[in-house]
Amino acid sequence: MIGTAAKRKASNRPFAACLATVAGAYVLLILAMLLADATFTSWADMKEALASREIRYAIKLSFVSSTITAILSVWFAVPIGYLLSRFEFHGKPLVDAILDIPIVLPPMVIGLSLLILFQTPIGRAVEGVIPITYEVPSVILAQFAVACAFAIRTMVVTFDQIDTRPERVALTLGCNPAQAFWHVALPQALRGSLAAGLLAWARALGEFGPILVFSGATRMRTEVLPSTVFLELSVGNIDRAVAVSLIMVTVAVVLLIIGRVLGLQEGRR
Amino acid sequence: MSIVIESLGIRAGDFHLESVSIRVESGGYAVLMGRTGCGKTTLLETVCGLNPATSGRIVLGGVDVTAAAPAARGVGYVPQDGVLFPTMTVKDHLRFAPRMHRWPKDETEARVAELAGALGIRELLDRKPKGLSGGERQRVALGRALAARPAVLCLDEPLSALDEHTRAEMYELLADVRRHTPVTTLHVTHSREEADRLADHVFRLEPTGLAEVARP
Repeated sequence: MIGTAAKRKASNRPFAACLATVAGAYVLLILAMLLADATFTSWADMKEALASREIRYAIKLSFVSSTITAILSVWFAVPIGYLLSRFEFHGKPLVDAILDIPIVLPPMVIGLSLLILFQTPIGRAVEGVIPITYEVPSVILAQFAVACAFAIRTMVVTFDQIDTRPERVALTLGCNPAQAFWHVALPQALRGSLAAGLLAWARALGEFGPILVFSGATRMRTEVLPSTVFLELSVGNIDRAVAVSLIMVTVAVVLLIIGRVLGLQEGRR
Repeated sequence: MSIVIESLGIRAGDFHLESVSIRVESGGYAVLMGRTGCGKTTLLETVCGLNPATSGRIVLGGVDVTAAAPAARGVGYVPQDGVLFPTMTVKDHLRFAPRMHRWPKDETEARVAELAGALGIRELLDRKPKGLSGGERQRVALGRALAARPAVLCLDEPLSALDEHTRAEMYELLADVRRHTPVTTLHVTHSREEADRLADHVFRLEPTGLAEVARP
């Protein structure tokens, strides 16, 4: 028996080695990319990039628009996630599939679709009240169109993992279904909502394709950080493009750390 | 408040019960027994309003509540394992039903103090469910169910996961609740001992239907 066990242990090694090799290769690729960025640029390039009025505007617009997008996404994702997790209704698989479209659609197509939408009579009517296309609201709408879908997925998983029995008990204690959601389910979904917000914020910050098409990349107007990388690269200013990229890498790492510190993992409470 | 169940039919997924009838007089203590999976919990949840009835009537204190929302039935429910609210303190659990029924604040606080004393959970008031023992969880669940003074109490295997010593304490507690609270109780269990110690009426749910068992 011992001999068999020892053999089995030995036979696990090649499999474990294969897994480690594959994992190691990918981890190495990620680290190599970051290292390449870090060694390509210098502190002086970073300072120069940060001193630029245009880049400071892009940073500000990126942070403000991503924050608004994250808040809006959570507002939408919490009720939609609860609906999909707790209720059965006609057409649910169809609604579920439609909500995944922004995740699988090419980003440029999302931007183009938004652009066309605001050329329709309804879109033009909205534009008559609030100018959207090629203005700051278009940046938020383009980010929201994609980020909200990711936030919804996180909230569906969050509510799926929350036991429904406490909500049912709450109904016997004098709650209507809305009160059971508000007093019992929602407090349990707090971490999931934070994870959804963080994910939406990160998605919004990195959004480029839909913004380029729907908002343009006009300096001091609709330029966000990914647009800056594109604009700087297109005029051959690689140093500045890399410096701005490193700012985004830093933000991504900070987000990851915040997520880990708060004990958030996508979809987990 | 009496519990009258007349020819009740229930369907939950593939499971169904037909023609179940029970009568428990006001202040009575009925124990409902039966094998695992025979529908005891489903029946209890239907009395609480958490499962719809497909036929028959549920009449509590002379009022037909068959179609009423759970909140409107005046039934306190203690589910299996307590099912406490993970984010709330014990005090919040005791406050919950009075708050939902819009009791005045001082009355709610007086009720919390009264229940905490009666259930022996004063020391636990600021704690959350995580880390409470099985017996403590059941006491809190019982307090939460009784807080708004329901006329009917539904208990789903409240003693099944408890050790012998805690179970003995809970027998005393349930007997105490009965002495001091004008509540009619429907208690689901596998245990003959629980039925012998607590019940006025014992019902057994069999695949062929429901029958009242003579008390020893």
